[in-house]
Amino acid sequence: MLQSPRKLIKQLVVALTVTSGLGVASAQAADQELLNSSYDIARELFASYNELFAEHWQQETGKTIEINQSHGGSSKQAQAIIQGLRADVVTYNQVTDVDILHERGNLIPADWRERLPNASSPYYSTMAFLVRAGNPKNIQNWDDLVRDDVSSVLPNPKTSGNGRYTYLAALGYAQKTFGDDQEAIDNYLREFLGNVAVFDTGGRGATTTFVERGIGDVLLTFESEVNNIAAQSDGEYQVVVPKVSFLAEFPVTWIDRSVERNETTDVAKAYLEYLYSEEAQRLIAGFNYRVHDETVKAEFADRFPELELLPIEAIAGDWKTAMTEHFASGGKLDQLQRR
Amino acid sequence: MSELSGGRWSPLRGNPGKRVLPGFALSMGISLLFISLILLLPVTGLLVQTAGMSWEQYWGVITDERVVASYKVTLWAAGIASLFNGIAGLLLAWVLVRYEFPGKRLIDALIDLPFALPTAVAGITLAALFAENGWYGQLLAELGIKVAFTPLGIVVAMSFTSLPFVVRTVQPVLEDLPVEDEEAAISMGASDLAVFRRILFPSLWPALMSGVALSFTRSLGEFGAVIFIAGNMPYVSEITSLMIFIRLQEFDYGAASAIASVVLIASLVLLLAINLWQARYLRRLHGR
Repeated sequence: MLQSPRKLIKQLVVALTVTSGLGVASAQAADQELLNSSYDIARELFASYNELFAEHWQQETGKTIEINQSHGGSSKQAQAIIQGLRADVVTYNQVTDVDILHERGNLIPADWRERLPNASSPYYSTMAFLVRAGNPKNIQNWDDLVRDDVSSVLPNPKTSGNGRYTYLAALGYAQKTFGDDQEAIDNYLREFLGNVAVFDTGGRGATTTFVERGIGDVLLTFESEVNNIAAQSDGEYQVVVPKVSFLAEFPVTWIDRSVERNETTDVAKAYLEYLYSEEAQRLIAGFNYRVHDETVKAEFADRFPELELLPIEAIAGDWKTAMTEHFASGGKLDQLQRR
Repeated sequence: MSELSGGRWSPLRGNPGKRVLPGFALSMGISLLFISLILLLPVTGLLVQTAGMSWEQYWGVITDERVVASYKVTLWAAGIASLFNGIAGLLLAWVLVRYEFPGKRLIDALIDLPFALPTAVAGITLAALFAENGWYGQLLAELGIKVAFTPLGIVVAMSFTSLPFVVRTVQPVLEDLPVEDEEAAISMGASDLAVFRRILFPSLWPALMSGVALSFTRSLGEFGAVIFIAGNMPYVSEITSLMIFIRLQEFDYGAASAIASVVLIASLVLLLAINLWQARYLRRLHGR
């Protein structure tokens, strides 16, 4: 009795997600199929990678493969898998959204991060600044963002992983600067949040506010996004990479429960392992993500300036603590934003 | 003739459905089933979600400081938006019913556009227009008025998406008003204002009120259009729908449903009150 409305809603959600995410299935039948559930702004990246992998897979095994993509906010994407979407692999931009696949429904083992190199994060990025041409407010580092004459744009940390990363980056900077002085850290963060002109619900919304609406002196978002915007504009913006920032990992894993049922274990693993190959890493670096492969790193050295990258462990212990202490209702973020 | 269309005398009065169309039981059954499936079931689902919480938890969630601030913002903005719609909607309905001019059909069709447009598209468009570098925003900035990314932006988005409610509820009533009443009043020497106040307004008032109430309740729940223009600053321009959205992002369905239930109950109470008031008013107006 109590279950039925929920179940109905769940089934509706699954049906909608599947139909909207998959789009039109290709007419030609491939030997194998794979469904990759990914985050919102990874469409172009994985469209290119899928071609590369399909070619590689055919050379290796002689089989053709059709890779279907589903993109959306990664929390929503994870929700769809919990509710029954049988995606073979996930490629997300937040560790917590993969963790939840273990916590709810036990779809993957708890130690999923140890199954692939670099804690299952084939590429990474960090939070950087985009300023208007010539950097008129001379914004160089995090301390400039609390100046009275600076107003910033970032997505809402309550609704966006992107915004959470930026909050954690600012927190990491404050911890390094003020050490154990909790009051100074809080004051810094309060001023930092107070200078935000608009809280959009997602990363792309914040980009629109800064670029199209002309709001704010600085946009805070992924380095990859910042570089893409700067590259597409005619010198209207420039990239500033702060001296210290957050290590934003892009975790990937295969969904054990799905690949067993779909009989795609081998190809799912190969799909994710190939992300670490030199060719794939070169392709990923071309989309402005930082990679681990040494050869590719050297090739792209001038695009990715050196900076100190703080992992979540250095800032808040682990993701679970960060979520409950900082972002949950009544947490640190709520307290800092209280009037 | 006017008596017939006014509905004061009709051979079908009493239980018209039963006499004219057969199959009353069947159609009534289908209607009830339909209402249950598409209205009552989801509402029940919502309440079931909150049933897992204790009273203290429920109360704690819905009286959270930031959530209460969002009620205030939402109520104020919806209030101003629906008042504005009451005036603008009445004017539009009046012009569309009483005047003939080229392009009238086109304008009549355009009125429904806010209903047909995805609300997110409306929000993005309005934000583009009212931002300080947008067409309207530039002019307003010279007057020192900021609309986009302030609470005023919320009002603009709400009134845009709910304007058709007022026009579409007032329009048919205005069309049915017998012109003879006005002519009689004028021939007896009533001023324009008196005609409006004594003849037109009493008949329009119930429709106008229910149009404004619909516009208000629609505004309470508006998300897509508002979110892109509000700026979403905590305590200043966060609407209640955003609070629900935030709780959902935290995988906290109970809290999300709790806040949603407040909006739902407020809307239901308001609509019910308006309906009861309207029924009483109409009885008095027709002297029954």
